[in-house]
Amino acid sequence: MALSPETLKYVADLSRIELTPQELEKLSQQLQTILGFIDQLSRVDIAGIEPTSHILQLSNVLREDNPKASLPIEKTLANAPQKKDNFFVVPKVIE
Amino acid sequence: MEYEPVIGLEVHVQLKTRTKVFCGCSTEYGASPNTQVCPVCLGFPGVLPVLNCLALEYSIKVGLALNCTVQEFTKFDRKHYYYPDLPKNLQISQYDLPISKDGFLEVTVDGKSRKVKIRRAHLEEDAGKLIHEDNFSLVDFNRTGQPLLEIVTEPDIFSPEEAYEYLTNLKSIIQYLEVSDCDMEKGTLRCDANISVRPKGQTGLGTKSEIKNLNSFKAVRDSLVYEIERHIETINNGEKIVQETRLWDDKKGRTVSMRSKEEAKDYRYFPEPDLPPFIISKEKIEGIKKTIPELPKEKILRFMREYGLPEYDTKILVSTKENADYAEKRLKAFPDKDKKPVANWIIGPLASIAANLKCEIYQIKIPANNFIELINLVEKKQVISNLTGKAVLEKMAGMPEKSAAKIIEEENLAQVSDEASLEKEIDAVIKTNPKVAEDVKSGKTNSIMFLVGQVMKKTRGKANPKVVQEILKRRLV
Ligand SMILES: [Zn+2]
Repeated sequence: MALSPETLKYVADLSRIELTPQELEKLSQQLQTILGFIDQLSRVDIAGIEPTSHILQLSNVLREDNPKASLPIEKTLANAPQKKDNFFVVPKVIE
Repeated sequence: MEYEPVIGLEVHVQLKTRTKVFCGCSTEYGASPNTQVCPVCLGFPGVLPVLNCLALEYSIKVGLALNCTVQEFTKFDRKHYYYPDLPKNLQISQYDLPISKDGFLEVTVDGKSRKVKIRRAHLEEDAGKLIHEDNFSLVDFNRTGQPLLEIVTEPDIFSPEEAYEYLTNLKSIIQYLEVSDCDMEKGTLRCDANISVRPKGQTGLGTKSEIKNLNSFKAVRDSLVYEIERHIETINNGEKIVQETRLWDDKKGRTVSMRSKEEAKDYRYFPEPDLPPFIISKEKIEGIKKTIPELPKEKILRFMREYGLPEYDTKILVSTKENADYAEKRLKAFPDKDKKPVANWIIGPLASIAANLKCEIYQIKIPANNFIELINLVEKKQVISNLTGKAVLEKMAGMPEKSAAKIIEEENLAQVSDEASLEKEIDAVIKTNPKVAEDVKSGKTNSIMFLVGQVMKKTRGKANPKVVQEILKRRLV
């Protein structure tokens, strides 16, 4: 399956990653190789096999509705590049 | 050409659990910003979300109450998008295997009932809150990770009125289940609407717009009315509807385009690897079914049947579970077969007292027997007039331990039916209103009510109006 530069650019945009033309070229080749592996997988006959939604044979892992201590505010905000009062500060985004 | 609207609603309901959906942080409302967060809900690397069993149970409960099929196998998926209120840059939601699907909710508009199809109800985590300042935005992650149930209808609603009715019924059912407060002001119930129009009789769907920023059921109805007109006008002008999201401006009563770069929504869902799937047994579903109380629709029918009340009264009485229980206790305490006076006193005087006190009817703590005693004193024994009865009820609301009879006695409010003692007042009223008295004599019998009113005024509502009217008739007619 060929990967067009447009598709790669689109995927990068969705992930908010800015790429130089050189990086686009390099990643395009790498992703192409990965997609090649996926291609091999898609040739496996999976007729009659239930889709896997989880790799472990686990189900119904639940917890009771009991409150636990949250983080102290100093810890929560410790790595914030910018803060004000008890808030994280981010560039203004209004949709 | 005649057009018909096609509407679909997406409702988000915040479930009333004590902790968040995937971590033990408290969900209490009104806490100081970012004090109810932990590495799990902040999306730190390497943490493991674990589902809150109560959130799952509540979701199943709502699914069952909405006549959905609760799936035996359900799982969570990651929905990817970037926004500053979403710390993980992904939301744990459900994609192809929601907890419940294919339900319906009955709505009645203009006496006609139909079932609005519900496509799905799935569980997901809420995002944080943004506060916009002049040059930057502030983020509070306390709400991040609170359990949200998203309930989506099919495009199966055909008028703004029907949408309003759907929301009212949905809210009432969920409140009856006691799994959410459904308070739009606090954001525990949120609604987005999808709307398109098509030539009447056609089955395909037109281009839709999505309306956001709806902060009341009335806003939903008004915005739909506005959008339907806008769609039809656009089409009639030979223009095309653009598929877009529009914001409702409640003050100006119109929608405006968000004008954002409408990038195609591509959420790249995939199964959440941190949460193994859930298998919901038939026994579990049956067990939850048993905990579902009598729902509003059934209650309305039963009240009509058992207490012989009209539908209109009943609907008001059962508006919330608390009010319904309150009303039923009083209906039962009233010995007569005809329960209408009790309904009248609750939805009339008692409701207006509650409105004045800005509280719910059930919060007025007048004991059932005192309430019934008052109704008897007014309606049957006619010890006091209706008007005085209302005043006594108001006093009772302030001091619920005091009986109606006691208040009437203490304040000397008992109605005067004794003719001899009324004659004097009536004489005086006739003397001061000679022209009206003449009118009555000359055949304008309607004017007699004016004189009755004057006597009532003079006796400060204590005269028995029926007796007064009889005496006046004898004198003047
Ligand atoms: Zn947390």
